[in-house]
Amino acid sequence: MTVLHEPPPAAPPGTPPGEDTAPRWTPVCAYTDLLPERGVCALVGRHQIALFRTFDGELFAIGNHDPFSGAQVLSRGIVGTRGGSPVVISPMHRQTFSLATGACLDDPAVAVPTYPVRLSGGAVEVGAP
Amino acid sequence: MRSSDHLPAGAGTRLVVVGHGPAAARLTEALAAGGFAGRVTVLGEEPRAAYDRVALTSYLSGRTAEDLTYPVPEGVELCLGRPVVGIDREARTVTTADGHTEPYDTLVLATGSSPFVPPVTGRDLPGCFTYRTIDDLDAIRAACAGARAGVVVGGGLLGLEAANALRGLGLTTHVVEMAGRLMPRQVDEGGGAVLRRHIEALGLAVHTGTGVREVVAGPDGRVAGLVTSDGETIEAQVVVFSAGVRPRDELARQAGLAVGERGGVVVDDGMRTSDPAVYAVGECALHDGVVYGLAGPCLTMAEVAADRVLGGEAVFTRADTSTRLKLLGVEVAQFGAAEGALDVTFMDPVGGVYQKLLVSDDARTLLGGVCVGDVAPYDTLRPFVGRDLPAAPGELLFTGGPAGLDVPDDAQVCSCNNVTAGRVRAAIAGEGLTDVAGIKSRTRAGTTCGSCVPALRKILAGAGVEVSTALCEHFTHSRAELFDIVRVRGITTFSRLIAEHGTGRGCDVCKPAVASILASLGGGHILDGEQAALQDTNDHFLANIQRNGTYSVVPRVPGGEITADRLIVIGEVARDFGLYTKITGGQRIDLLGARVEQLPLIWRRLVDAGFESGHAYGKALRTVKSCVGSTWCRYGVQDSAALAVALELRYRGLRSPHKIKSAVSGCARECAEARSKDFGIIATEKGWNLYVGGNGGFSPRHADLFAADLDTGGLVRVVDRFLMFYIRTADRLQRTSAWLEQQGLDHVRRVVLEDSLGICADLEAQMERHVASYTDEWRAVLDDPGKLRRFVSFVNAPQTPDPSIAFETERDQIKPVLIPLEATR
Ligand code: SRM
Ligand SMILES: Cc1cc2nc3c(=O)[nH]c(=O)nc-3n(C[C@H](O)[C@H](O)[C@H](O)COP(=O)(O)OP(=O)(O)OC[C@H]3O[C@@H](n4cnc5c(N)ncnc54)[C@H](O)[C@@H]3O)c2cc1C
Ligand code: SF4
Ligand code: FES
Repeated sequence: MTVLHEPPPAAPPGTPPGEDTAPRWTPVCAYTDLLPERGVCALVGRHQIALFRTFDGELFAIGNHDPFSGAQVLSRGIVGTRGGSPVVISPMHRQTFSLATGACLDDPAVAVPTYPVRLSGGAVEVGAP
Repeated sequence: MRSSDHLPAGAGTRLVVVGHGPAAARLTEALAAGGFAGRVTVLGEEPRAAYDRVALTSYLSGRTAEDLTYPVPEGVELCLGRPVVGIDREARTVTTADGHTEPYDTLVLATGSSPFVPPVTGRDLPGCFTYRTIDDLDAIRAACAGARAGVVVGGGLLGLEAANALRGLGLTTHVVEMAGRLMPRQVDEGGGAVLRRHIEALGLAVHTGTGVREVVAGPDGRVAGLVTSDGETIEAQVVVFSAGVRPRDELARQAGLAVGERGGVVVDDGMRTSDPAVYAVGECALHDGVVYGLAGPCLTMAEVAADRVLGGEAVFTRADTSTRLKLLGVEVAQFGAAEGALDVTFMDPVGGVYQKLLVSDDARTLLGGVCVGDVAPYDTLRPFVGRDLPAAPGELLFTGGPAGLDVPDDAQVCSCNNVTAGRVRAAIAGEGLTDVAGIKSRTRAGTTCGSCVPALRKILAGAGVEVSTALCEHFTHSRAELFDIVRVRGITTFSRLIAEHGTGRGCDVCKPAVASILASLGGGHILDGEQAALQDTNDHFLANIQRNGTYSVVPRVPGGEITADRLIVIGEVARDFGLYTKITGGQRIDLLGARVEQLPLIWRRLVDAGFESGHAYGKALRTVKSCVGSTWCRYGVQDSAALAVALELRYRGLRSPHKIKSAVSGCARECAEARSKDFGIIATEKGWNLYVGGNGGFSPRHADLFAADLDTGGLVRVVDRFLMFYIRTADRLQRTSAWLEQQGLDHVRRVVLEDSLGICADLEAQMERHVASYTDEWRAVLDDPGKLRRFVSFVNAPQTPDPSIAFETERDQIKPVLIPLEATR
């Protein structure tokens, strides 16, 4: 099993020096709550974040919002690969998104946000913006 | 070439057609298509509009007169039940039997032919019939009801068809043929012998080399038997004469038009008779010394005449009289010449196969052929008649010829509709056609007798449009191949399957397909272990996703039958959870607008009240709709509601390549619309007729009659086999309609009814396992805390509803408030 350790989120631009620049990691669930190749959604502040654990154990976090239908559903898509890279397919109208970059592979003009995610002890934490 | 005046073709012309059979129907259709601006009046003798006589026999196995009837183009004045009794060529009028006189500028005779009845004593007794019209079939059916045995006089193509019909109506059937073999016009002696064995094996008594001396009456004055010219007496209550046809040229004769010595109205290449104002088309016409008794040439004549009436210069040339038929499961085909300098014969008396190719004396040009038992060479070689053989004749017979034989562009593939291979190829390339259905609708090829459909399929394959059967980038196999791999190798997980037979980690195409295969093979609950990750969102939440990310709930209501108490429970649940409520098109109730975390609460209430999952979300059995049937309906002949409930309970939860729908109607009025279903059942006096391959949706298709008058046990067995065979072999997301078109109805019949692949016991056992292992998916979820935990909007806030979901009220119910897309992108 390999677990990806993302760099902590950068401090928001314009943060005065000396302010709290430490990453704001939010624990959302236990690693074992995640089924391989099945997403869940975490509510962090106003943000709905779709979390995925791939077959080989890597963690990914992207926005839950499906830009094509407007519904908050990407966490409920099927997880798989396209050309070897991990993807999720929207359950609404079946567009494919890269888990690593958030890019929509069927429409280069569209992308969803990605979020840092890490494992801390047994807990999964996402880097909230 | 059309005349180049600017008036619409035929403006002001009064065109009268005598007879309304297939030829007349094609004529009026071609005139309409060509923009004929004159007046068209058709005077027909039969009480109904022209129907497909080629498919006549299917009327006895469930197709209705409407099914067989051709559409009548707009503007055509159709007068039915009005035989024409005279033509006055001077005055240019025709007179009908009821004394009406109709003027014409152009007259078309399309009177067809009538069965020849040999002049023997007793031929008019009640119980004697001919086999040509729907009225004939109605009369035969009525007479067979009280009869034990029947004799068909004539062992040709139509005689065997009639014999098949009598057998289908439950009679012990005899065929009497004057010639030394059956189908003497199509097959030679060797072929006849093989054919005879096939026919006899099916229980028909064949008497060749003998004619009819007389038909004898019983004490009730009805037919009691037939005495052959050998003096043998065959006991029978029904006699059908099918000893050839005679062109109906009596009107032409009486009007002084030229007729042939042995009958037929003489026409030229433009279908004109000896009077330029009068055309003749179809089976009544004599062209170049030949009267054609096949639909193909008759329809071509109609098109030629229409073109001429429109000012064109089309010509009719000697037509292909190839025939291919499938009777009682025996295939017989003849094409091209009946004699040649050399012949190459292949004979397998054990397998019941006889094939002969006739070739020129240098053995290079194909002249014709005869096939009995296996007609593969017909499909491949018919277009090569008169051309260089594509391979050595022996090789062609043994191997069916090299794969991908290139039929020349100018060769005719469909003789019924006169369509060349080139035309089909052009349509494939020009319109991007990918299936036979497309070719049929664009070119008409394959729409009449259907015998060219295999050839069409070959052309499709040859054009390289054969859609790859690979499921997706992760598997090079088709769904059917994966099904076999999983079944034969006993694979139970996607991970093992993709590791051993695929690449990558799957996608939204292969994962649900494999999930469905595992489920069809009894893989346990669809959310167990790794299987959960294969399901698309609907199966994953056991509900249908809606546009705002909420789900719908559809409890099963077997057969659409529901008690008041249960109805009240549904109402209470909908009210308490604030759901939008709608009666679906599937005779049940949809509750919409549930958030994921509400689904288990809703289902707790429903399951406690005795409801179970309706699988509206699954590629599985949906509904078996029913009508009220014999319990309530004054017309009902069987208890359709009870059968629908039983079938829905039997097949509930059955996962399949696509959804499966069914319906049961209590009588032929068909209130349950069974013929639009994957399998539909219509009650008969004697039991149930089973129809398969129906579809609503994108490409509606009426189901085909599969088996008739089954008892309930027999019906269930056939449906078990049919469904399991479909589940094993269909492509992903292929409804039974498309699957049936691909497999061919006859093939599926052979597999399911005659067990030609020897797999029926296996199919039945597989269905029994499904029935025995069925459990309600929703109840299982409610009983499993691990599965229940997944029904939350947020993993870190299980109680919090998704704040993006909002509703407003419309017509007193909720409706989603959708976030405008521009704002979200
Ligand atoms: C609810 C219902 C409409 C209604 O309010 O009446 C419905 C709703 C949907 N139909 Fe349907 N169909 C409904 C009856 C039908 C019928 C009529 C029937 O079953 O008698 C047909 C035509 C008959 C047929 O299938 O041959 C029908 C032909 C389709 C098709 C086209 C299928 C095809 O072969 O071309 C689709 C698309 C598909 O399945 O790929 C479809 C798909 C859908 C989906 C699942 C689309 C989707 O993925 O969101 C709809 C969502 C269902 C849901 O509950 O959220 N629905 N749909 C009906 C549910 C019946 C039930 O009780 O289960
Ligand atoms: C059981 C059966 C199976 C067949 N199977 C095949 C097959 O597999 N392949 C194939 O190629 N062909 C087959 N045929 C032959 C095919 O049906 C005919 O070639 C075709 O019907 C000829 O069409 P038609 O319009 O010329 O004549 P018809 O179909 O005979 O129509 C002529 C119509 O004119 C009417 N009529 C006659 N005289 C008058 C009058 N004086 N006034 C008004 N109306 C009149 C008749 O009542 C009839 O309705 C089959 C025929 C039968 C009976
Ligand atoms: S199909 Fe027949 S039995 Fe059923 S409701 Fe209609 S008329 Fe009555
Ligand atoms: S040959 Fe009869 S439909 Fe094509």
